[in-house]
Amino acid sequence: MIRIEHLVKSFGDLEVLKDISTDVATGEVVAIIGPSGSGKSTMLRCINLLEVPTAGQILIDGIEITSPKCDILKVRQNVGMVFQHFNLFPHKTVLDNLTYAPMKVRGLSKADAGKIAIDLLAKVGLSEKADQYPSRLSGGQKQRVAIARALAMQPDIMLFDEPTSALDPEMVKEVLDVIKGLADTGITMCIVTHEMGFAREVADRVLFLDGGYLVEDAPPDIFFSTPKSDRAQQFLEKVL
Amino acid sequence: MNLDFSQIAPSLPFILKGIIVTLQFTLLSAVFGFTLGTLLSLIKISNLKPLRWFAEFYTSIFRGTPLILQLALVYFATPQVIGYRISPIEAGVITFALNSAAYSSETIRAGIMAVDKGQREAAMSLGVPYKLMMLDIILPQAFKNILPALVNESIALLKDSALVSTIGVLDLMRRAQVVAGQTFLYFEPLIVVGVIYYVMVMGLTQAAQVLERRMRRSD
Ligand SMILES: Nc1ncnc2c1ncn2[C@@H]1O[C@H](COP(=O)(O)OP(=O)(O)O)[C@@H](O)[C@H]1O
Ligand SMILES: [Mg+2]
Repeated sequence: MIRIEHLVKSFGDLEVLKDISTDVATGEVVAIIGPSGSGKSTMLRCINLLEVPTAGQILIDGIEITSPKCDILKVRQNVGMVFQHFNLFPHKTVLDNLTYAPMKVRGLSKADAGKIAIDLLAKVGLSEKADQYPSRLSGGQKQRVAIARALAMQPDIMLFDEPTSALDPEMVKEVLDVIKGLADTGITMCIVTHEMGFAREVADRVLFLDGGYLVEDAPPDIFFSTPKSDRAQQFLEKVL
Repeated sequence: MNLDFSQIAPSLPFILKGIIVTLQFTLLSAVFGFTLGTLLSLIKISNLKPLRWFAEFYTSIFRGTPLILQLALVYFATPQVIGYRISPIEAGVITFALNSAAYSSETIRAGIMAVDKGQREAAMSLGVPYKLMMLDIILPQAFKNILPALVNESIALLKDSALVSTIGVLDLMRRAQVVAGQTFLYFEPLIVVGVIYYVMVMGLTQAAQVLERRMRRSD
């Protein structure tokens, strides 16, 4: 379980996240939506400490990861992240992208890491690409490899930061389908997305951010049909 | 003007041995220089203030003074400081490595900065420790970006290596001068070593292109 308590993040004088508190239960799928610049990415990046919170606490399974005593690397091994721009390692083959961290960080043998990687590539439908370099893949394929790479560390939590925003429209579905497939596996997921239909279908809960505030925190059917705040209503009018 | 290469023909084996000396010297200088340059560049991008300041100071000194002066200082002045004489070739390698580290550290730093910051974030998000991330993810991509610049630096090293003839290393240049002194012919030996330098530089350029193409496989 992820517990976020009074999370504040500032970049210099700019306060980007303002006193955000929420819980994400184990196995829950949360969609984070909101206008550009509202702090969605920053919030997500605080959960694996790519950004260090200015104030407040984040606990994962009861362990306070914002404590100075906490081993950040250990936390990150358990929290996978998928980026808008994939960020695959271009000098490594697809298979090596998947096995690198399990071998070097988790200490798995080449054989064990390879077995996990091959299983995952099959799951995302890219078995035949194992020996290719990322530059040879389409955007949708790259993102599926990136998801597999994060999963290869066998994390309990997955963070997605606009995983389909950099994709051509015809490739969005293949990536969303992979993410949907994960929703039923019991892995905890936080997904920043502009795909409202997807959020509605997959998420157990929607968080709506605006101007650094967590404005709404509701189940998708309620959020999309009867948003409480004016700002959420205005936002939905624009995107739906 | 008559050029008479036949007169220096007997000295040719003597001159050719200089190729090994010059290449060895260049290779050692480049290996030590780029290694030290990589360390310097890592210091420069770290947040260890005093070390960073030292690295910047180091670079400015070696870039701000003539190489031949540095060479003379290392060769002629160190015996006064450390109490014993180092060999000319040692002095040469030390000087060239230190000097080349200063230049290449800037190039390598730029190469590291040019690697997409998403690479760093991806590695961090997988729990990869800083040292491994640099070694396995960032530096290979940085070196690939700056390979042409490092080849140029190596070519400069190869040509500048002729400076060690001034402290008595029997490199190509020095051998040409020795033959000139023996035969009283200047043009011929100088032209011979000039051609040899040129061929070596062209060879290095070619090798770099092959290497670059092989690294491009992943593009
Ligand atoms: N590293 C940073 N330094 C300074 N400002 C930043 C940084 N990252 C994000 N911001 C600012 O924080 C605000 C929220 O950014 P972000 O979390 O990326 O929003 P979103 O993902 O919702 O579009 C924006 O105003 C952005 O300019
Ligand atoms: Mg964002």
